[in-house]
Amino acid sequence: MHTLSNLEVGQQAVIAAIEAEESLFHRLAALGFRVGKPLSVMRRAIFNGPIHVRLGTTDIILRRIDAERIKIG
Amino acid sequence: MKRIALLGMPNTGKSTLFNRISGASARVGNWPGITVDLMSAKILMGGHIAELIDLPGIYDLHGFSDDEQVVRHFLAHNTVDLVIVLLNSTQIDRQLSLLLQIKKLNLPTVLTLNMADEAKRVGITVDTENLEKELQMPVIQISAKYGDGLPKALQAAASVIHQHKTAPTPETIYHALQEDSQIEREMESLIQHNVQIPVMLNDNTTDKIDQVLLHKWLGLPLFFIAMYAMFDFIFTAGKPLQEGIAWLLDLVRTSTLEPLLSSSPAWLSGLLLDGIYNGLATVAAFVPIIILFFLVMSMIEDSGYLSRAAFLMDALMARMGLDGRGFVMMLMGFGCNVPALMGTRVMRSRAMRLLTMLVIPFSLCSARLQVFIFMIAALFTAEHAPLVLFTLYVMSFLTMFITAILFQGQYQNTEPFILELPPYRFPTPRQIVLRGWQEVKHFLNRASKFIVIGVVLVWLMTNFPTNAAPASVDTYAGQIGLLFAPILDPIGINRELSIALIFGFVAKEIVVGSLAVIYGLQGDALMAHMTTQIDWVQAMSFMLFTLIYTPCLSTIATLRNESKSTGFMWLSIAWSLGLAWVVSFVFYQGARALGF
Repeated sequence: MHTLSNLEVGQQAVIAAIEAEESLFHRLAALGFRVGKPLSVMRRAIFNGPIHVRLGTTDIILRRIDAERIKIG
Repeated sequence: MKRIALLGMPNTGKSTLFNRISGASARVGNWPGITVDLMSAKILMGGHIAELIDLPGIYDLHGFSDDEQVVRHFLAHNTVDLVIVLLNSTQIDRQLSLLLQIKKLNLPTVLTLNMADEAKRVGITVDTENLEKELQMPVIQISAKYGDGLPKALQAAASVIHQHKTAPTPETIYHALQEDSQIEREMESLIQHNVQIPVMLNDNTTDKIDQVLLHKWLGLPLFFIAMYAMFDFIFTAGKPLQEGIAWLLDLVRTSTLEPLLSSSPAWLSGLLLDGIYNGLATVAAFVPIIILFFLVMSMIEDSGYLSRAAFLMDALMARMGLDGRGFVMMLMGFGCNVPALMGTRVMRSRAMRLLTMLVIPFSLCSARLQVFIFMIAALFTAEHAPLVLFTLYVMSFLTMFITAILFQGQYQNTEPFILELPPYRFPTPRQIVLRGWQEVKHFLNRASKFIVIGVVLVWLMTNFPTNAAPASVDTYAGQIGLLFAPILDPIGINRELSIALIFGFVAKEIVVGSLAVIYGLQGDALMAHMTTQIDWVQAMSFMLFTLIYTPCLSTIATLRNESKSTGFMWLSIAWSLGLAWVVSFVFYQGARALGF
């Protein structure tokens, strides 16, 4: 299954599922990560750093390890 | 007195709104059971005095972060008569969830939509009249930055504050939060009916700037250039200011205080001048640096660049259990540890803040640099000098990394690293000045007593008993040095140097001066005499110890204030002393074993 972590820069996708423990899930939801929402990857930081994602009107950075929990349809 | 809580998500301009309403009257209040500073201010609301409290920015009323727990604790244990919820208009499509959660608490609530100007620019429109009807509460569009809509918002607040509703208990808070999916549906319908968001936002200035500042290859070099420029500005502008303050204090001392005390006994004038007055001077020396530091910090924080720095530096910092914002503070520590420690407040996870605060005191600050330059000039050739100084900087970084790696298990950060990248914004001069003023006030209120007492204690130790020459081996300080001789001898530190180390607890700026008093010599004569007393191996060992052990009283006072934990302060002191000893021991014995 594809996750946000292996999306290419510039690619768009729709969130299919969020498989995270409660605390991470709440934070993601509050920042707008909800099933069915479209998002796009703006850029990735060098040395395997965080991913810059755009979700609606919000730009967010998150680590790859957390991005793996967001499944893409 | 009525109590008003100000609540909102991070990056919505909540502190700006708070400062707008309260002016410079805000102070840090004490709230039982809460480990972060909450600002509060007395304001006039509908003809009555009310207390306004700036609660930490939260994403979710039932989240698990430290701040979210603080807000829940506050709401459950304090009566609140009115909640002002502040949301960012440009992100209303997701931030409305927080308001709906708060609405469930059944407290009188006013909704203020901030950044009305920005929303208009990107083409987002909100039907506030209809939203008011559906939410059954006043909804007002404002700009906290420029003050637009503020009188209207305060008027609305005054009109609902007297509505009597039953206060929530911890149980009602818990139950109110069980209905998550309902909130999501409610939010979607409200947005659909009342908000229009264009498919493409009209403003792409931020995107253009990000293409350069977050560029794969240019991003990091630009970050380091920006950091260097900032650093350079703070300390080139700060130095003459510090010197000016020192000159003024000295003038007051020689022209007024000394003649005034000339007839009083030596111990009294010593206590008043070398103890208390010097203590106050130590405190005053930090004021310009703190102001300048927060002038610059509020600029990079409010502009949105700090989150970008976190993005750029995270790959490296994550391995040490820290984040990119911590790196900015570590770098600033190379100028002065005190404001760098205060700056860690931008990190909202307590564990990560404590870990960063444990690391910062190892950065080679400008005061320590003065000691090193003196010692290097006295005991090393010009040829070796750069290498020695470079080694000390490397050691500074090494001790920071070692500390972070060793303690990251102890201070495990449980909050996910997920940050918003807000659009680039310019803070107003008013915002910047207020911030600098608040931080200085905070430092003076919390640290000055501690620092003055410490300076007086060291003065007592180095001037008593009265029959001993000041700072000589016969004083209490000398006796303490003697007591610790069994552990200081193996690292090559003699009686005189150990007295200098005791002075060094106060501030590293006075170490060179204390050596002058201890040996009774000045300048070149002191340097020449030192070469007859110690060799370069001892000097290096002394410098390593000076680098690593507790930087100064002001740092200790700040550590205690910011962590709100005396235990943490002692841990930092003990760890740095222990590490300093081990490093000096390995170096000194190693060098001796190699025949130096």
